[in-house]
Amino acid sequence: MLNKVVDTMIIEANLGRLYALWLREFKVFLRERSRLIASTFTPVLWLFVIGSGFGSTHPSTGVDYQKFIFPGIVSMSVIFSSVFFGSYIIWDRKFDFLKSVMVAPVSRDTVFIGKTLGGMTTSLVQAAILLAIGMAIGINLNVLSLIQTIAVVLLLSFALTSVGLAIGSYIESLEGFQLIISFVVFPLFFLSAALFPLKNLPGWLFFLTAIDPATYAVDALRNAIIGTSIHSFALDVGVLAAFTIAFAIFGSYSFRRMKAV
Amino acid sequence: MSNGYFVGWRTFQIDYFYFFKISRHNTLIYISIDCLIAIRDLVKRYDNLTAVDRLNLDIHENEVFGLLGSNGAGKTTTIHMLATLLKPTSGTATVNGFDIVTQSAKVRGSVGIVFQAPSSDDMLTGYENLKLHSWLYSVPRQVREKRIAEVLDLVGLTERKSDQVKKYSGGMRRRLEIARGLIHKPKVIFLDEPTLGLDPSSRESMWKYIERLVKEEKITIILTTHYMEEADMLCDRIGIIDRGKIIALDTPSKLKGMMGGDIVKLKLVEKKRPNTDMLKNFSFVHKIENISDDGLLVLSVDNASRNLPIILKYIDAESVEYTIPTLNDVFLRSTGRNIKEEAEGGFMEKYARYEQK
Ligand SMILES: Nc1ncnc2c1ncn2[C@@H]1O[C@H](COP(=O)(O)OP(=O)(O)OP(=O)(O)O)[C@@H](O)[C@H]1O
Ligand SMILES: [Mg+2]
Repeated sequence: MLNKVVDTMIIEANLGRLYALWLREFKVFLRERSRLIASTFTPVLWLFVIGSGFGSTHPSTGVDYQKFIFPGIVSMSVIFSSVFFGSYIIWDRKFDFLKSVMVAPVSRDTVFIGKTLGGMTTSLVQAAILLAIGMAIGINLNVLSLIQTIAVVLLLSFALTSVGLAIGSYIESLEGFQLIISFVVFPLFFLSAALFPLKNLPGWLFFLTAIDPATYAVDALRNAIIGTSIHSFALDVGVLAAFTIAFAIFGSYSFRRMKAV
Repeated sequence: MSNGYFVGWRTFQIDYFYFFKISRHNTLIYISIDCLIAIRDLVKRYDNLTAVDRLNLDIHENEVFGLLGSNGAGKTTTIHMLATLLKPTSGTATVNGFDIVTQSAKVRGSVGIVFQAPSSDDMLTGYENLKLHSWLYSVPRQVREKRIAEVLDLVGLTERKSDQVKKYSGGMRRRLEIARGLIHKPKVIFLDEPTLGLDPSSRESMWKYIERLVKEEKITIILTTHYMEEADMLCDRIGIIDRGKIIALDTPSKLKGMMGGDIVKLKLVEKKRPNTDMLKNFSFVHKIENISDDGLLVLSVDNASRNLPIILKYIDAESVEYTIPTLNDVFLRSTGRNIKEEAEGGFMEKYARYEQK
């Protein structure tokens, strides 16, 4: 009986901590307007410049190219915001904020999950802005496709925030940031087939797209938003979920072994 | 019960915490501790540098303990180990009865800490930072707001609580950190160089806040500093730390007493030998010397500023001059170096970083 009471108290306390950590991330996100504007602006630029630049109807898909890359652009925004969000842990560490959290009786896993929740929220807000723009250029969404989109965005964001956190926990200096952009963010994006269809690819490229978790998110989003895809929605989400679990385990492991000072 | 080492068994006394250790000679050394922090053979080694070197120290409940040392002495390393942010290479310590190695979560829940460099989130307001930490420390919902208001008031930030921390001055940031360290009513708070990088007037006001803290919260304070006068003014006891070792440990006045007390030089009105027999009866007079023919009398006494009038009742002096030994003299004597002579590299670097924020 007493054990039960204590257990519920511990759970409550941990939920409170999670909430507090999440709230901090969310508030900072809302206050750092420049970050929000910049990270929304880039995908929009891609959508309109690349999307209209190639203009014509794409031969292999039969859909307007701008509409065709729209799901890819949504995943692009998730890829960028999630990985960046995770690796922002470098800043938290640099400015000792993380130290003040770690000296509190909070487990590393709680801090880790709080961060990923923050990353997921950020990605969701940005995806929502893009979806609103998408509606304006003629993308039709029903309730089911909206729910599917949200689910995929959350999964991908969870996976990639974990990746960002893992990398951030190994890197000490802010210069490492540039490496993350070149070697993680861009490959994840370009190899995800966000800008081209998955059909008729050369073997090596097909292989690389197959091991990029974002590929499955792009495919699932195409399925949900414009109704064309290579795999079934269930398969895409299944593979994505497997990646997510693996990355979350890797991320929380890295986070646990990170030095506090 | 004293905090000594006892060899052999003794009966348990519930109100004290006991610390067991097998000595090298395989006997059970049984150490009773009526203190809040007991540091035993604590060592931290970095590659080839020993930052903390077999440190042993007891800190009592409700005392203000100062770790005084120059840059790189090992103050921050010690505090980080006590707050469980850093794993000792060997040895251990107990804080509030919890072992820093095996019970780190419990230690963390019962201590507060103010880091050498501010660590609050710039983008949040002072209030929001405190709220965040009240959640992290699971301060009960019913008392949360009250406690936040209390600590804000204690450090004088109530009026600025809704401003983002990036708009705070250096001194205000420091005070916010203290408030944050107190949010969960810890039994111990560590203050790592609380006045580093503050101008003289903010330093003085910081001292006032710390004194207020001593008065209003029932709390044990461990502070580090390399300012002599700060340690002297605030601390009940001081440990001088050098190269990871405690080289002198006592109350400020006793440490200074080690130097033989204050030196009083009296220039006598009449150049004849005065009668000093009366002075010998006072316990505050340690030494009478140099009764030279040119009429100079040199005394070594406790608390010269208070006892000088008494001395003057018995001795007719033309002029008086006295010097009080400073902690710097103690430091000098224990280390052979002057505390201010140390390379300021580390300090300036940290200061620059502090300014930058
Ligand atoms: N992470 C680290 N790796 C290697 N050496 C370190 C590390 N941290 C501290 N040291 C070394 O340990 C010694 C003690 O450092 P510490 O920070 O504890 O000194 P301090 O007394 O706090 O000095 P200060 O007054 O400059 O803050 C120094 O020589 C320092 O260079
Ligand atoms: Mg230090």
